Amino acid sequence: MARYLGFLILLVSISSICVSASIFYPISDAHRSAASEIFTFSGASLEATYEALATSGVLGVVVNADVKTSTCKSLIDTLSSPTTTLKDLFFGLRVNRLLTCELSDADFMAISARIRDSIKSADSLLDFYYSIGSLVDIKGQTSEADVTLENADGIFRSIKALSQSDGKWRYSSNNPESSTYAAGIALETLGGVVYLASSQIDEYLISTVKNDIMKLFDSVEKYDDGAYYFDEKLVDASSHHGPLSASSSVVRGLTTFATVTSANLNLPGDKISGLAKFFLGIGVPGNAKDLYYQIDALACLESNSVLIPLIQSLQSTVISHTRNDKIKVKVTTVLGSAAPALSVKLMQVFSAGSKDASIIDQELTFDSENGIYILEALPESVDVGKYIFVFEIVLHDAEHKKIYATGGRTKVPIFVTGVMQVDNAKIAVLDSDLGSVETQKKLSFDGQNSVSLSANHLQKLRISFQLSTPLGNAFNPHQAFLKLTHETKVEHIFMVGSSGKQFTVVLDFLGLVEKFYYLSGRYEIQLTVGDAVMENSFIQALGHVELDLPEPPEKATRPPPQSVDPLLRYGPRDEITHIFRTPEKLPRQEVSLAFSGLVLLPFIGFLVGLIWLGVNLKSFPTSTVPATFAILFHVGIGAILFLYALFWIKLDLFTTLKALGFLGIFLMFVGHRTLSHIAATSAKLKSA
Amino acid sequence: MGKSSATSKDAQALFHSLRSAYAATPTNLKIIDLYVIFAVATALIQVVYVALVGSFPFNSFLSGVLSCVGTAVLAVCLRIQVNKENKEFKDLPPERAFADFVLCNLVLHLVIMNFLG
Repeated sequence: MARYLGFLILLVSISSICVSASIFYPISDAHRSAASEIFTFSGASLEATYEALATSGVLGVVVNADVKTSTCKSLIDTLSSPTTTLKDLFFGLRVNRLLTCELSDADFMAISARIRDSIKSADSLLDFYYSIGSLVDIKGQTSEADVTLENADGIFRSIKALSQSDGKWRYSSNNPESSTYAAGIALETLGGVVYLASSQIDEYLISTVKNDIMKLFDSVEKYDDGAYYFDEKLVDASSHHGPLSASSSVVRGLTTFATVTSANLNLPGDKISGLAKFFLGIGVPGNAKDLYYQIDALACLESNSVLIPLIQSLQSTVISHTRNDKIKVKVTTVLGSAAPALSVKLMQVFSAGSKDASIIDQELTFDSENGIYILEALPESVDVGKYIFVFEIVLHDAEHKKIYATGGRTKVPIFVTGVMQVDNAKIAVLDSDLGSVETQKKLSFDGQNSVSLSANHLQKLRISFQLSTPLGNAFNPHQAFLKLTHETKVEHIFMVGSSGKQFTVVLDFLGLVEKFYYLSGRYEIQLTVGDAVMENSFIQALGHVELDLPEPPEKATRPPPQSVDPLLRYGPRDEITHIFRTPEKLPRQEVSLAFSGLVLLPFIGFLVGLIWLGVNLKSFPTSTVPATFAILFHVGIGAILFLYALFWIKLDLFTTLKALGFLGIFLMFVGHRTLSHIAATSAKLKSA
Repeated sequence: MGKSSATSKDAQALFHSLRSAYAATPTNLKIIDLYVIFAVATALIQVVYVALVGSFPFNSFLSGVLSCVGTAVLAVCLRIQVNKENKEFKDLPPERAFADFVLCNLVLHLVIMNFLG
C-alpha cells in the first residue's frame, strides 16, 4: 500500500514538473454534424444567419434550398429599405455575398451612397466597422457602385486614435475601457480602409498598426499544453466576450490586415501555432456563436499571409509492445487539408518515471498512400508504461519556413502496453519451524488449475512466481492479490510482495488463526495480478486448501455476517422459536386443595358458633307482604353473590356492572321495604 | 414462686371477670363478634398458606386477605353503630347501619372479585 501511494505521489510530481502533453486534432466530421444540428435559420437575426452560413460554408455543409430562398426574400426587403440600421446592412450584405441573392445594382448604389454619407459622421469603432465592411462587400459583389474612400487617411487616423498603448482598442472616444475584441475589429476595419482607399495610405501609419499588433501579441496568454489565446478583460453589459471571441476577432483582424497590406509581420511561429491549438483544443462547441468563432478563426488561419499553422495528430496513443503496433502521425492544416512536403522526426522520449529523456532523432517513414508518417520501430529503451514522445516537423523546402508554422516540438503522451511473462509459478505448504517443504505443486496461469492441499495451523502456505516485461525487465503491477474464501463465504485478501522479478506471498497460519475467525475447512484460493499496461492481467482460481485450525475460545470474534443475496430477501426466513417465560413454581395440587378445605373451617366454626349462641329467626316477618320482601331481600343478596361468582369465572367487568346495576336497584328497593318494616316493628315494640 | 402463683391467680380472676362481663352483652353483638373472629381466622389461614408456598399470584393473595380484613372492619363499624351503650349513634336506627354494612360489603366484594384474577 505504501509503495502504491509513493508511486502515485511521484506521478503527480512528475506531471507537474513536465510540460503537459496533449494532442490536437484538426477539424473533423464531428464539427460538420454539429454544424448541421446547431444552426437554425428560421427566425434568426441577420447576424446569426450570416454566422450560420459562413460556418456551414467553411465546413462544407450544404444549406437547404428553401432556406436559401426564404432568406433571400426577406433579405432583399431589408436591404432595399431606407431605414435599415448599419449593422443590419453589414450582415445583410455579407449574407448576400454568401447566398448570391438577386440584389439589383440600383440597390447597391443606394446603399453605398447612404453608407458613404454616414461615414462622414461616424465616430465610434463599430460605426466604422459596419460602414467599411459593407463597402468592402459591395466592392466584391458589384463594380457599378462607387465605394472609393476619399478621406481614407482621415478615417484611418480616427480609427487609429482609439487605440491604446498595450495594443487594445477602445470602442469610442467617450468610453475609456479598452477591449481585445475591439482590437480585432479595428484591425479588420483598418484593413478594409486600406483596401478601399483611392490613394496610398501613408506607410508610417501602417507601421504604427504593425507595432500595435506586436504589442497585442506581447499580451497573449498561454496554457500549459502550448495553446495561446487572447483574453478579454473588459466586462461589458451589452456583449459578453471571452477568450474565444476575443482570440477569433484578433485572428480575423490580423489576417485581414496582413493580406491587404502585404506587410511582413514577423510574428513568432509558436504563437500562431499556439492560437491554432487553442481553437482546436476546444473540441466541438455546444452553441452556434462559439462554433462560428472557432470555425471562422480556423478558416482565417487555414490560408493566410502571416503563417499557416500545421497540426500533428496521432491515430492512436495506446501502443502494444507485444503486437508490434506502430505509431502513426498525420500532419495537416487546421481544417484538415494536406500539408506541404515535410518529414517528421522523433526527437526525444521521456519516461513517466524518470526526469531525463533519451535523445533519439529518428525519422518516421512516409506512407504516401494514406498520407501518414509511421514510426517503424519503437526505440530500444521503450518498455511498457507511460511515455512522452517528442516529435518535430522538418519542412523540405526552405521557402516554406516563411509560409508555414511547424509548431516546434510537439509532446505526445504514449501509453505502451504488453504481454507480461509469468514464469516459475509454484504453490507450496511449508512446515513452520524448519521451513522445509511438505508439498509443492507447479502452477500455470493460463489454463485450469485445481490444486488440492491441506495444512494445519502450524504450517505456512507459500505462493511464488516471476513477472517480467516483454523486454525482460522487472515489473511491479498495480494489483497483486491473493484471496482465500471459506465455504461460508468469509474472504481474506493478502498482498503479494515482490523483490525485483520475484513475487512471493507467505501465509503463516499460526499468526492468522485469529484473523481467520478460527474457521476450519475448505478455502478456495484465487490469485489476481493486474495493471493497466498488462495485456494479460488475470484472476486465476488456483484450487483449494483444507485448513485445520484449532477450536475458537470463548471470547473469539465471530466472522462478520455475509451479505444476503438480494433475491432471497423476500423468501422464507429462519423459523423463530419463542422463548417463553419460565412459569413460576407452583405448589403441589394436594397442598392447595388441603388449604382450600382449611379455609372453609372458620366458616363452619362461625355457623357452629351461631347455633351455640342461640340464633333464631323469630323476628322474621310472618305476614305475607313483608315476608315476601324479606325473602326477596335475601334472594337479592344471594343473586349478587352469585353474580360475583360468575364474574370471577367468566364474565367481564362491564357485563357485571350492568347486571349489578339492575340487581342493586332491585335490592335497594326490597331492602328498604324490609328494613323499614323491621324498624317500624321494633319501634312499636319499644313504645309498647 | 409465690409471685407467679399470685399473678396466675390474678390472671384467672381477670379472665373470669371478663368472661362474666362479656356474657352480659346482647346476642346480636355476640353474633357480630363471632363474624369478626371468623373473618380474621380465614385471613390468618391464607397468610400461613402464602408463607408456605410463596406469593406467586400475589393479587389473589391480596384480594383474599383484604376481603377478610375489609369485611372484619365493616363488621366492627356495624358493632359500634348498633351498640346501644354507644351514645354517639343513639339516633341511628340499627337497620340503617345494617343496610350500610350490606352495601359496603357488596362494593368491597365487587372490587375483590375484580382483583382476584
